[in-house]
Formats: sequence, structure tokens, C-alpha cells
Amino acid sequence: MYSWIWRHLPGPLAVRLGELVVLLAAAVALLFLVVFPRVESLLPYSDVTVNQQPDTASPSP
Amino acid sequence: MTVVETAGNRLRWLLRGLGQLLITAGVVVLLFCVYELKVTNLYTEQQQKTLDTQLAREWAAPPPSPVGKPGQVHLAAFDDGAGIARIYLPTLGRDQVHVVVEGVTHEDLKKGPGHYPGTAVPGAVGNMVVSGHRTTYGAPFNRLDELHPGDAVVLETRTFFYTYRVTGTTIVSPDALGETDPVPNHPGQVATQRLLTLTTCNPKYSARTRLVVRALLEAPLAKGKGVVPPALQGR
Repeated sequence: MYSWIWRHLPGPLAVRLGELVVLLAAAVALLFLVVFPRVESLLPYSDVTVNQQPDTASPSP
Repeated sequence: MTVVETAGNRLRWLLRGLGQLLITAGVVVLLFCVYELKVTNLYTEQQQKTLDTQLAREWAAPPPSPVGKPGQVHLAAFDDGAGIARIYLPTLGRDQVHVVVEGVTHEDLKKGPGHYPGTAVPGAVGNMVVSGHRTTYGAPFNRLDELHPGDAVVLETRTFFYTYRVTGTTIVSPDALGETDPVPNHPGQVATQRLLTLTTCNPKYSARTRLVVRALLEAPLAKGKGVVPPALQGR
């Protein structure tokens, strides 16, 4: 997978390294800004209130 | 021979792909831990700073209408997510001060401890209920279990400091809505006491139960120059 990406990056070595960093940063940004906030709302430890049904996974209030 | 080698190559290719996938999954899970335990705190820290500045600015301006008696706060003027008071937990440390926001939705609680809309306002007769995160988003109520009867919880509004004293701690189920009744667990009864109820999830990193700390108003103290409630002195 990673070798496939590396093979398909255009340009000389230095440019490729730069492209790699950009790709990595984009992946991390996607995780932190989109994926994690959504996953987090499904996890139980943000449920701190007492108005929930005991057996629902719903994160609402 | 070439057939065997091709099969071996294919297996090697598959295994390498699987290995990379597993390592990637591991890195993603680690990143998620970093996000939950560090990045969420940064978010809340920044939100709390903004809210605190907003509160200070609001309180410095003349009140919208005469506010004289303890327990009078114009909550109608507050939007969901807006700061309504500061909460101090002096027995847990000098730095234990947070801005309480109006509302207990996921978004509200990301900013700080949230006041249940419709429950009592600071210092008022009835039951003021505040919920906060135990482990992420600044974890304002992380050490709520360390509060003991007699410990002070101070609320600061525009005009008053309200010093509450902890009366007890209970562990309840997540649907124990009775804890938010004006007279806790006695729906319909008319309140005579001025209560404060703090809730958070329990045990840490779980949502199996809720930790509920109840406190009773000891004394309101009108704010003024150099006025500091005894519980906050020496901070």
C-alpha cells in the first residue's frame, strides 16, 4: 500500500518527501477534524448527565 | 517452479499489505487517544478563556435591571452555550475554576460544565443541576469523587458569591432523572432548600453509572471590592 503510494508520487526524491508530508498532514487533519469528533460522540464517557436511558448508546445530552 | 514462486510472492504481498493495514490501524487508534486526551482539552481551554473574558465583560457592564436579592439571575437572557457563572472547587486545588455554560448538549459540555435548563439558578430555592466531563474536554469534574461532606463549592455570579457545602455523594443509574427534581427524587414537591447538584460519568472512561454530588447553600455573599468568600481565601 505505502510502497504503491511512494511509487506513484511524481518528481525527484526531495519533492516526493514533501508530497509525503502533505499527504500525511491531510490524513491526520481528516481524522482530527472529521472522523474523531464523530466517533467520539458514539463513545460512552462523554455521557455525564442523568437524563439518559440506561441501555441506549445514544450520546444525546 | 515459477508457479510456486508466484504463489509465494502473492502470499508475501498479501501479508505485507495486511501488516501495513494493522500498523496503520494501530497508529490511528493511538492518534485517537491523543485527540481525546490532549486535543479536546486544548479546545475546552480555549473556549473557557473566551467564556471567562465574555463573563468578565458582561459583569463589568451595568446590570440589565436591578438585581438585589440572592438567587436572582436573569437566565432568560442567556443563550445555550453562553457562560452563566463561575464554579470553584477550592478543596480540589486553586486552579479548579470553570465557567458554567447554559445547556447540557454535547456541544455545550465541550465548552465546560453545563447547567440543566429549567433547574434552579445559582443561589435560588430549588435544585441547580450542573453536569461536566470527567475525562475529556478539560475534564472539569475529573476529581468530583474527592469531594467530601463539608467541602465548599462556590458559584460566582454577577452580583454574588454562593458558597455551597457538600452534603453527600451518590452513585446513580444514567436515567436517574429524579436527581434533577427541585426536591431530589420527590417529583412535584415544593422546594424549600437551596441545593446544588453536580453530576458526571462514573467510573472514569465509562458511562455505566453517574456520580452525583449534592451541596446545600451555606451563605450568599454580595460581591464588592476586595470581597472574597472564606472558602476562596488564600487562593
